[in-house]
Amino acid sequence: MNIIDRRLNPKGKSLANRQRFLRRARAQIVKAVRDASGSRSIQDIANGEKISIPMDGLREPTFHRSGNTGVRDYVVPGNKNYVEGDRVAKPEQEDGGGGGSEGSSDGEGQDDFAFVLSREEFLDIFLDDLELPDLVKRKMKQTESTTPSRAGYSVTGSPANLNVVRTMRNSLSRRIALKRPKPAELAALEDEIKALEESGEDPERLSHLRVEFEAQVSKSKRVPYIDPLDVRYSRFEHVPKPVTQAVMFCLMDVSGSMTEHMKDLAKRFFMLLYLFLSRRYRHVDVVFIRHTHEAAEVDEDTFFYSTETGGTVVSTALEVMRDVVKDRYSPADWNIYCAQASDGDNTSSDNAKTVHLLEDVILPLCQYFAYIEVGAEYKDWLGRESDLWRTYKSVEKPGGMLAMRRVRVRSQIFPVFRELFAKERNDNAAWAGGGKS
Amino acid sequence: MSEGLLFTGAEWDFDKVQRTHDAIAEIAHGELGLDTYPNQIEVITAEQMLDAYSSIGMPLMYKHWSFGKHFARDETLYRKGMRGLAYEIVINSSPCISYIMEENSMPMQALVIAHAAFGHNHFFKNNGLFRQWTDAKGILDYMDFAKGYLARCEERYGQAAVERVVDAAHALMSHGVHKYPRKRTPDLADEERRAAERREYQEKMFNDLWRTVPKPASTKQGSQELAERKRRLGLPEENLLYFLEKMAPKLAPWQREIIRIVRKISQYFYPQKQTKMMNEGCATFVHYTIVNRLHELGKLSDGAMLEILHSHTSVVFQPDFDDRRFSGLNPYALGFAMMQDIRRICEQPTAEDHQWFPDFAGNGDPFGTLRQAWADFRDESFLLQYLSPALIRKLRLFKIHDIAEASDMEITAIHNERGYREVRKALSRSYDIAHMDPDIQIVDVDLAGDRRLILHHMVENGMMLVEAEAVRVLRHVANLWGYEVRLVEIDSATDAILRIHEDIGPSVEA
Repeated sequence: MNIIDRRLNPKGKSLANRQRFLRRARAQIVKAVRDASGSRSIQDIANGEKISIPMDGLREPTFHRSGNTGVRDYVVPGNKNYVEGDRVAKPEQEDGGGGGSEGSSDGEGQDDFAFVLSREEFLDIFLDDLELPDLVKRKMKQTESTTPSRAGYSVTGSPANLNVVRTMRNSLSRRIALKRPKPAELAALEDEIKALEESGEDPERLSHLRVEFEAQVSKSKRVPYIDPLDVRYSRFEHVPKPVTQAVMFCLMDVSGSMTEHMKDLAKRFFMLLYLFLSRRYRHVDVVFIRHTHEAAEVDEDTFFYSTETGGTVVSTALEVMRDVVKDRYSPADWNIYCAQASDGDNTSSDNAKTVHLLEDVILPLCQYFAYIEVGAEYKDWLGRESDLWRTYKSVEKPGGMLAMRRVRVRSQIFPVFRELFAKERNDNAAWAGGGKS
Repeated sequence: MSEGLLFTGAEWDFDKVQRTHDAIAEIAHGELGLDTYPNQIEVITAEQMLDAYSSIGMPLMYKHWSFGKHFARDETLYRKGMRGLAYEIVINSSPCISYIMEENSMPMQALVIAHAAFGHNHFFKNNGLFRQWTDAKGILDYMDFAKGYLARCEERYGQAAVERVVDAAHALMSHGVHKYPRKRTPDLADEERRAAERREYQEKMFNDLWRTVPKPASTKQGSQELAERKRRLGLPEENLLYFLEKMAPKLAPWQREIIRIVRKISQYFYPQKQTKMMNEGCATFVHYTIVNRLHELGKLSDGAMLEILHSHTSVVFQPDFDDRRFSGLNPYALGFAMMQDIRRICEQPTAEDHQWFPDFAGNGDPFGTLRQAWADFRDESFLLQYLSPALIRKLRLFKIHDIAEASDMEITAIHNERGYREVRKALSRSYDIAHMDPDIQIVDVDLAGDRRLILHHMVENGMMLVEAEAVRVLRHVANLWGYEVRLVEIDSATDAILRIHEDIGPSVEA
């Protein structure tokens, strides 16, 4: 008999089958994912997702008989008190009367096929046709920082890069080639000499052994255990890397007019953006800036949960953002994204300043600036759109960095998000840029 | 370790497995007289077990989305705890490969080795159907070839094109087997001998009176042509895949090869379908007998024995028909009960047994009798031959007559003197594969005209096909055939046409 341990065989033998299956069911899965994500909180989205898809295109039909036609005989166990000739009512359909029909009665109305998508698969599908707007950085890419990447071995290098495995391999082969005596062999010789010395027999062999021992010892001195020749260092080459870090500015109006519901909408949008960015960039920083009539950088909890009273001056937030960028996030090293959420209020006198800041300072820094107006459709008594909306409208240019959307209820978040980042928007930007590849 | 015990504790290691295997082999070959292929035991993880599940239990399988689908479903069920995994999978090959899971405890491994590596192994090697239809030595090599062939086809013609053929072939898999050994084509000497025999017979039987009998007038040109065409195409043909592989006009050679591969695999599993109950019964009987023997010899501790018995009883558990857990007869339970019953008849027969089974009741050689049964029968014939009145009483089997249109069902036989034969016959029939699968044959094709392929379903007892599914399968048939396909459902008793699935053409290639 043979026993073979297969546990260490490569895993994921059925991965190729799974990929084929996902490809086959792609249309249904995409739809299911979209549906699922609409009803789900953002935290859950990042986890794996159990989805159900209709069986269309996934059926494996066979010729089989329908359970509700024809005449059948069954033999079943466990007779209690039936005798020949008794008539009994038919059991519920799902029992099938014991080994009768296979599958559902008519093959239609089959249950949906439910299975679990891994987190990666889910996000892949969910964010599949979304692309980051990153046109600007294309020009800057060439001058980016570098990253060390393995490039074989070298005979020189710093001690920290010593490659022990390679070095010892070389050492071992050299020792074998030059027949360096092993410590165990030397010890054996020594023992034998000692034994002969004590017993005093065979002096001829003793002297012979002594000579050999001397020779071996001197040889082991001549052939070093590790020779400088053996030493190898891991070699690294510096390859230019695209910017793999991004910073996301979350700007929000927290004045009294922003209700919890509005904040919740904003939060959802921010988190979605964060999720999206963190798939594209190895490192994503988030900066929270809240503002009333004055703005401050705060931590996440304060940002979402503490209330503040005061007027509404949007330009203050933009100023703070400008300062933070200047201090910490040089546009050369960071991809800068900004998402602003507001109910559309702004002090009228501030509008001009806001436009100026946005157009001349903020937008040139940003990869993308998304403005989300949350809450009820805002129209003032003249039937005009909100202050901020009109202000930003004047800045918005087709194909520009600024995008504006309104979100009123939770279910609109995903469609709006998708709209903002849908591929068509910048399908000329074939270069996916900056991201993990 | 205590004296004589093969192992203690629940942990297993390779030494214990080896030792246990050897002890089991001694009993299996020595006392039960089993004859097995050499064993190869492979230890795998739960995930690998799921892998093996989804590719219909073969260690090597080509890639196909349906396996991914099954894997996704099995995995979901398993992760939710809705379904346990099998303790083992065994492959009909030489050497006989048994997979055991690393999660099993040592007593479980002992049970599994006795069950799979000896019980199933013996059955595979000795049962007539397996000997006739499967090539245990060649199957792994063939699967390797199949996997490589499909991979090369995918590279060359694209996944979509290969999938189209494989999907269609899978849909027809259960109608892709030869149910009878094919006729050997006679050689020249044979032909001459038979011609001489025929001539001699005709001379002997010559009677001038026949000349005066009027000839039937209906031998028209058309029906002769039809007969000739059918003969040339080998129609009617119930092996749909075989016919399509050989005759479909539009297929490329690689497509025919893929159909052939699917057909071969289907044929390989055909004996397993026919002997499910016996195979499991044999393996269960073997493991039960062997572990009891080991326990008797003091090689298994009481604790290990209890664990084994716990698994054993849950495997052979048979809920009653009115139990919520009931889902048909459990093949393990029925098979095991029958094997035990045969042993009882051999060793302690009653007067009734002598009357029903005169040729082996009380012969004192239960293992010999069982070995013969395992070698020569399949489920259907085995039941017909060996199901005893005692067992019918024990299981309280009864027969129900169910007419789909009626509002209730009739009990037509129970476990009494009048009912034994009736129950036995009906049960045996329900295991007859010829009655389990609908009888569908290719009957005609108009090669000179519109090349429409015509299939007949001989409807038995009014059991019609599921309409929607049938249409989908026909679409697959049309994809392979390349032209329209028509399926006619005909009542086998009256020859009345019950339903016609009208000409279904191939789907548009993507």
